[in-house]
Amino acid sequence: MNDSRDEILAKIRTSRSGPYVVRNELGTIEDRLKNHPRNVVPARGDGLPEEQITKFKAEAELVNATVTRVSSNIDIPKEIAKYLADNNLPSRIKHAPSLEHLDWSTTLMEVCHGIGEATDEVCVTTAYAGVAETGTIVTYSDQQNPTTLNFLPPVHIAVLNAVDITGSYEDVWTKLRADLGSKDQSVNFIPRTVNMITGPSRTGDIQQTLLLGIHGPQRLHIVIVDEKTP
Amino acid sequence: MEMKTTTFKENARTAIADETLQIELDRLSFGFPEKRKKAVDRMPEFEQLREQARDIKNHVLANLDLYLENYEDRVEKHGGQVHWCRDAKAAREQILKICKAADAKTVTKSKSMIGEEIFINDFLAKNGIEPIETDLGEYIIQLRGEPPSHIIAPAIHVSKAQVEDAFRRVHTDLPADRNLEDPAALLQEARGQLRNKFLQADVGLTGANMLVAETGSNVLVTNEGNADLTYALPRVHIVIASIEKIVPTLEDASTILRVLARSATGQDMSVYTTFCTGPKRFEDPDGPEEYHVILLDNGRTDLLGSEFEEILRCIRCSACLNHCPIYKAIGGHAYGWVYPGPMGAVLTPGLIGMEDASDLPNASTLCGKCESVCPMGIPLPKLLRSWRTRHFEAKPTRSLGQITLKFWAWLAKRPKLYHKVNGLIIATLGALGRRKGRIKWIPFASGWTSKRDFPAPMGNTFIQQYHKGARGDTSGRRLREVKK
Amino acid sequence: MSEAIPTSPHVGLFVTCLVDLTRPSVGFATLKLLELAGCQVSVPVMQTCCGQPAYNSGDRSDTRDIAKQVIETFEEFDYIVAPSGSCGGMISHHYLDLFKDDDTWEKRAKNLANKTFELIVFLSDVIKTNKINGQCKTTATYHDSCSGLRELSIKDQPREFLKNINGLKLVEGKKSEVCCGFGGLFCVKYPDISEKMLDEKVDDILQTETEMVLGGDLGCLMNIAGRLTRRGSEKEVRHIAEVLADMTHGPGIAAPEKTEA
Ligand code: SF4
Repeated sequence: MNDSRDEILAKIRTSRSGPYVVRNELGTIEDRLKNHPRNVVPARGDGLPEEQITKFKAEAELVNATVTRVSSNIDIPKEIAKYLADNNLPSRIKHAPSLEHLDWSTTLMEVCHGIGEATDEVCVTTAYAGVAETGTIVTYSDQQNPTTLNFLPPVHIAVLNAVDITGSYEDVWTKLRADLGSKDQSVNFIPRTVNMITGPSRTGDIQQTLLLGIHGPQRLHIVIVDEKTP
Repeated sequence: MEMKTTTFKENARTAIADETLQIELDRLSFGFPEKRKKAVDRMPEFEQLREQARDIKNHVLANLDLYLENYEDRVEKHGGQVHWCRDAKAAREQILKICKAADAKTVTKSKSMIGEEIFINDFLAKNGIEPIETDLGEYIIQLRGEPPSHIIAPAIHVSKAQVEDAFRRVHTDLPADRNLEDPAALLQEARGQLRNKFLQADVGLTGANMLVAETGSNVLVTNEGNADLTYALPRVHIVIASIEKIVPTLEDASTILRVLARSATGQDMSVYTTFCTGPKRFEDPDGPEEYHVILLDNGRTDLLGSEFEEILRCIRCSACLNHCPIYKAIGGHAYGWVYPGPMGAVLTPGLIGMEDASDLPNASTLCGKCESVCPMGIPLPKLLRSWRTRHFEAKPTRSLGQITLKFWAWLAKRPKLYHKVNGLIIATLGALGRRKGRIKWIPFASGWTSKRDFPAPMGNTFIQQYHKGARGDTSGRRLREVKK
Repeated sequence: MSEAIPTSPHVGLFVTCLVDLTRPSVGFATLKLLELAGCQVSVPVMQTCCGQPAYNSGDRSDTRDIAKQVIETFEEFDYIVAPSGSCGGMISHHYLDLFKDDDTWEKRAKNLANKTFELIVFLSDVIKTNKINGQCKTTATYHDSCSGLRELSIKDQPREFLKNINGLKLVEGKKSEVCCGFGGLFCVKYPDISEKMLDEKVDDILQTETEMVLGGDLGCLMNIAGRLTRRGSEKEVRHIAEVLADMTHGPGIAAPEKTEA
């Protein structure tokens, strides 16, 4: 079964001595894999935390997401209920298990939690981080955060702690390595799925016209929370 | 009307005469470049990012074997399987094997150029498994029974009315009198039709924009979210990727992501960028139970180490297509194989052989626009020229054009004769056309005169006139004589 | 250019085959501009073609022979100047590529490449002449030829010079940077595609409603002029050197001989 593997690798090795091989100065592969050096990181995500939040909001809105800000966890359910009412959306939500600690009873919404299903209308998830550079939210899969919730419903609401807004994608990788890295850091830190989401689903496939909400959600609403969720 | 690489000239004529196609191509060549430019202008570090993206990929190609081994090791540590495949046939069979083991009836697919390259849909269908394209553009052309005409906008050649026709023809379960005037109605219909397919599929087949050696992840970039539903819902996720898709680290992937969307659609970032690593973990509430990677060579190792190696840096962003005046004139189908435009004209001869694809590298003015926008700094015109060289040097028989050229070169190497012969021709043509200023038809030059007049030469050559002494300076000649 | 420029540099004029054979007036205009700029100009009679047709057809051995001949003919001048971005680019960018396995010739090719310039670049960036101040009452649009634009970065220089031409008003086409579909042999090998590209170019030119089309490469200009006349337009097409040298008395490219003087 490994014949093809060996053949391919052998062919690559032979070709590496040819006259057209471009060598460059990026160092050995061991170094690169171990130290994962940053390349140029655009300056536009830089700034004080408050500037990054402003930048994040502006960039997310540029790509058709909506963004609001609340001061504490207590306000999240109310804010979500208000958003749904304001936009004439159904007040039945399914949230990620990671948000079970919130007091949902303060609103009249029908609330459940679990994995994404075809019948879901509105899903609420936790964002692991926000990237100011492009208004991107980052989520990852684990016991508390099913992937499918981010994609199946027509309305996706993401709860993002203000302190988790970073400048760049690189900042997110650094954070992820620090948060999830175990003894065998180089292998195990990466969750099964890491999703970067920049605005709601869209397509230009019908006559090159921009249309929102083809397979993923048509609406992406981001609730920034100043007080960190425990 | 099947378009093949060998009928390129005819394909081109057909495409130029196709008015619907021409409207869409006009739209494309206006829209994409303008959006790209805006995005690039908004990113002051764009040039630096481009250089680094190029360096990263060069570094990968120089160390490809090592990175592939590392990647494979990581995939396996995360519980996934890597299947190395030399060619399209091996890849197809491996995919079928996995599908059969999963007892698959339907396979959802998110857009993959490698899938096109190995013609996986036909193969699965022949073996009783229904492949369902989920990218809206791919879905449209699947309904129409066509190949894609663009690497990121596969249905770019299809008008709205044609989409409507296809939907009415296939979605017979819906009321015949429904209104599909509005593009949003078409969108809703497609969403509804595909929703069930996502949920029912046994296997999800995706491509990969990159493979990350550090983590063993595959990167999926889409705007629709179809790739995410494709890998997350079925029981088995199969990734098909060619070996050069490797990047070393998540940081390197980030750099390439920054140039990818900007070059492709002019977005700063595509909507969904996903890093998948292995199957569902023990504690995960959802996700695929099996994770397979088909690692495909299919001619790449032949390009490695050759004068065409640089095309292996390509990230399939489509900027070269979107800016190419030839692509704009004829669209993607005319190229006759999976990959159109400048990147296709370089890659296709490498994958199917120059004999069948010889028109592709030749049908270019080498205007250089593609190279100027390629985020990976691929010298496409140089590579097109290299194919011409290979072809010229390998082919003993000469076309009439080549013989004429040979004669011109022969003459150019004999300056005295050159000036005599050309002087005569020019005097004749000058006499023929000087009064009117142009000649409408010249024998053996109908390629020119069929489309445009030939501006009449003035009569005497510059060298003749000059050395007859109007300006009297013959130091050029003296210089030569002194040297001898 | 870090080296000092000789006070009266000796320039070898590479006139290019198309100018030589079909439009000597461009050669004379070039000569005049170079002399105005203070150069001593020679026109070696041993020159023929730069080898580009062979090169772009993949015939490297003939290209190499022709290149050697050009190198031998021109290497002793202070500068080599050509009124064409594509021939200039051929010598200054592509000759090097031909002699990868031959140190001696590679060195000679490099030496030549370093001192070979397209006319407008030479006048503007090397000699930095301020002697251009002609007269031409007209409106004109400028076509950026591909090799000039993308290989040699010729964009602002011709426009700057045209500002010094009294009475000339420049109107930019929306697609001035798009290829005209000439591409050397391309236009005869793929006439249908070429025609399609050319028509777009011509449409763009026509919508500027100018009297004149200017450019720096005769190949493109002949292509454009030939299509304009075929489509019945009498627009005047000229090489920019003719305008800058104030030598626009003769007919434009593909235009009939003038009846009145
Ligand atoms: S060749 Fe360059 S521009 Fe073309 S698709 Fe590949 S990366 Fe993009």
